[in-house]
Amino acid sequence: MTTAPEAPGTDQVGSPRLRKEDARLITGQTNWTDNIQQTGMLHVAFLRSPHAHARITSVDTSAARQQPGVVAAFSGADFAGEQGSLPCAWPVTEDMALPEHPPMAVDEVRYVGEAVACVVARDSYAAADALEAIDIEYEPLPAVVDMEAALAEGSPLVHEGSGQGQGSNKAFVWPFTAGDVDSAFEGADVVLTRRYHQQRLIPAAMEPRSVVCRPDGDAFTLWSATQIPHILRLMLAMTTGIPEHKIRVIAPDVGGGFGSKLQVTAEEVLALLLARRLRKPVKWTETRTEGFQTTHHGRDQIQDVSIAADADGRIRGLKVDLLADMGAYMMLVTPGVPVLGAFMFPGIYKMDAYSFSCTGVFTTKMPTDAYRGAGRPEATYAIERIVTELADEIGMDPVELRRRNWITHEEFPHTGVAGLTYDSGNYEAATDRAMELFGYDDLRAEQRRRRESGDPVQLGIGVSTYTEMCGLAPSRVLGQLSYGAGGWENASVRMLPTGKVEVVTGSSAHGQGHVTAWSQIVADKLGVPFEDVEVLHGDTRVSPKGMDTYGSRSLVVGGTAVVEACDRVLEKARKLAAHMMEADEDDLEFTDGRFTVRGTQSPATSVQEVALAAFAAHDLPEGAEASLDADATFDPENFSFPHGTHLCAVEVDTETGEVRLRAYTAVDDVGTVVNPLIVDGQVHGGLAQGIAQALYEEAVHDADGNLVTSTLADYLVPTAADLPDFTTDRTVTPSTTNPLGAKGVGEAGTIASTPAVVGAIVDALRPFGVQDLRMPCTPQRVWRAIADAREAARSEGGQR
Amino acid sequence: MPHIRVTVDGVSYDDQVEARRLLVHYLREQLGKVGTPVGCDTTNCGACTVLMDGRSVKSCSVLACQADGHDITTVEGLSSDGDLHPMQRAFHENHALQCGYCTPGMMIAALDLLRDNPDPSDDEIREGLEGNMCRCTGYVNIVRAVRDAAAVLRAQAAAPGSEPRAGVPPQVTPDQEPARQTASGGAAS
Ligand code: FES
Ligand code: FES
Repeated sequence: MTTAPEAPGTDQVGSPRLRKEDARLITGQTNWTDNIQQTGMLHVAFLRSPHAHARITSVDTSAARQQPGVVAAFSGADFAGEQGSLPCAWPVTEDMALPEHPPMAVDEVRYVGEAVACVVARDSYAAADALEAIDIEYEPLPAVVDMEAALAEGSPLVHEGSGQGQGSNKAFVWPFTAGDVDSAFEGADVVLTRRYHQQRLIPAAMEPRSVVCRPDGDAFTLWSATQIPHILRLMLAMTTGIPEHKIRVIAPDVGGGFGSKLQVTAEEVLALLLARRLRKPVKWTETRTEGFQTTHHGRDQIQDVSIAADADGRIRGLKVDLLADMGAYMMLVTPGVPVLGAFMFPGIYKMDAYSFSCTGVFTTKMPTDAYRGAGRPEATYAIERIVTELADEIGMDPVELRRRNWITHEEFPHTGVAGLTYDSGNYEAATDRAMELFGYDDLRAEQRRRRESGDPVQLGIGVSTYTEMCGLAPSRVLGQLSYGAGGWENASVRMLPTGKVEVVTGSSAHGQGHVTAWSQIVADKLGVPFEDVEVLHGDTRVSPKGMDTYGSRSLVVGGTAVVEACDRVLEKARKLAAHMMEADEDDLEFTDGRFTVRGTQSPATSVQEVALAAFAAHDLPEGAEASLDADATFDPENFSFPHGTHLCAVEVDTETGEVRLRAYTAVDDVGTVVNPLIVDGQVHGGLAQGIAQALYEEAVHDADGNLVTSTLADYLVPTAADLPDFTTDRTVTPSTTNPLGAKGVGEAGTIASTPAVVGAIVDALRPFGVQDLRMPCTPQRVWRAIADAREAARSEGGQR
Repeated sequence: MPHIRVTVDGVSYDDQVEARRLLVHYLREQLGKVGTPVGCDTTNCGACTVLMDGRSVKSCSVLACQADGHDITTVEGLSSDGDLHPMQRAFHENHALQCGYCTPGMMIAALDLLRDNPDPSDDEIREGLEGNMCRCTGYVNIVRAVRDAAAVLRAQAAAPGSEPRAGVPPQVTPDQEPARQTASGGAAS
């Protein structure tokens, strides 16, 4: 059993400190981008395409300019010379199609909602009103909505002549093979093939996107509701040609991201250009409907998966063939999302061979990009679903089948078939704990009873034993995968003369509680009070170096940078303290913030006293500087691999198709836990989003490419009434790839839960012959699956 | 332009407003009460929830001129003299917020819920907060926070000589409830 005290030998780290962030947030003292006011600030509204695909034949903004309060109105053509093309940082193959993506469309629009013109006015009401006075004409072109139809011979093209090999909607093909897949399948007793659909999802952070840009002479300050102030600054400079050092990007309070604010958007680029052209601060904030149409979407894959196994359940090989919907353009990491997933399809299982191929497809829809988990939920869904089906096929308990195939805890570190080296884990411990908490055997017994009695409400149990690659990412690996940047993180730690500490982190939080967690780490390292630590982030002028927040990387990479910066501060402090105490450095001990001379009763010197002495600089040793600060950049050697076992019990009313979540147990192993309160919160929120994919959410387009689910009334973000309480627990198997032993937790719940829920529903309906369900598993779909299975059974019976 | 008199977090205002201006935009843009955010354009998210005469309304579905003559409490008016309201404290202590965007509306909706039902079950809390969305927390800790706040508020109400604080809805049991006042179209539930 690996359940251990949550950070042995430390005080702050591992304790459920209440968050420092809350004081402002619960009293309304917030600083959302949309709260920002600037003297003379103008408001921007965008006119957006009502067509999924059309040629723009004319735009006339002159009447809009005559409207009261309107300062300016522009079409895409007005910015054609300076707006550049929105960046894609991840060209996954050399021959990937990378079509131009102007922030405001000039000649052609390729999704509903694409910006075609804008109005700048004294207030947001006036700007919105004047949009109606813009005269624009389109020549509609055929929409391309369905991925398979898009690849068919003769399909209309999203981009004339820019598809792979020209004349196609195929953006790229990314293949990967390890081991001898053919012989793994040829010699198999069982081969199962399934097609899984990852529906399109909308990230739906509660804070809408918003941007404010203020010109300051030839420089600009841009506030944005973004996860990535540093990457954004770089990309804005590269896109517009405005020098990087003339742009300051600030991410103030940011109301959730989930990947949707890991983007360089048209509106950010245009806010910068409008501020430059008008010499006035400008603001734009999306409406929710506008956001659903134009903030990037997630998932949207068709997965053809085959698994080969021996009769005793040993997995021999796996084949995965993906179609991934890129939407109309390649945005920041659009093509990289399915590629990131490529390494995760084998999950926690040993096998001889694995092949993967992903075809990126253009359609006339909003581009897809990172959404909580980004590639890994898709992979985990496919492997966990098909492994469960394999267990059913050979008549084995789904947990037992997993036990026969997973990496055992003695086998770590373990290099799997996809080439990743999993550093640590204990799948047995997490699974045993989850089964115990869940009452697995009792629920199975109840399931049998209900089946035997023909209860109209059937019980199903879903199992998900997931792992994920977190801590993005070793820069070297990112380079090998053709990603345009590194994966390091930077921190600096400054002791002020009064003994207070400023910590600057390049990782920019939007709800994750970095301020609290980083304070805990620093308090322990330097032996200072938790309250004495201030954490600064999210402003390129304050934290000049950073790689920002995504991919469950902040603690693993950014937290480690903080640890290393603290170590350097202590190294300096030790030299100074030795000098102050007239002792040899090697004789000093440092505990609880105090230096003492080993084996003597001489008085201690606190780190705060050292900080003051450094500042005063009256008597510094040779070569010492008059400050006590240091910075560090950490680039991980490897990813980290959180894992866990999630068990879900559902009750399915076979007469109405209604699904009730009866119990959900998650036992996660995220390594060392800095703050259990925050970790639990991340798991809860992650579960809600993963469950939402299984049961509620789907971005639906009609045949003309209109987003049908364009409001919160149509796109079902679950409320409290739609979700149950969760049972959560942890095992702790520290990561060996970073000094904290942390693995990352931001995405775990989302990755694990979707297959657990769908698996449970399918399990409930097995007696009817149901083997799969399309997500989201709405009552209508569940009822239809039962009806179809009954119908099939009847006609089969009739033939006999 | 219509002329309104409205009290917001204990301060009275006398203002000209555009007839079509939403209360939430009046609060945010005209009064600088930016603690109350906007999360949608279809009255679904509840981020904008405020109290109007002690009952919760979605301030994106009330016109500023409908607030004429009414008393509005926003999240900024919940604490008094630096003392957190028990609901605020419960949200903090239960880690019931992450990004905090939904939090003002969630706390205010929860206060209204407790006014009708001072001792709700978890299911009743979940049902009662159906008009407020949170994308971060999965609601588990929000339910716990509301449960804790309910206990504190019940104890306070039971304490002899307890006085409801300014700007904060008094705890009344349903049978003592005064006539419900809502501007048309403004009910949050
Ligand atoms: S802003 Fe969403 S309900 Fe008011
Ligand atoms: S805390 Fe982020 S939306 Fe609720």
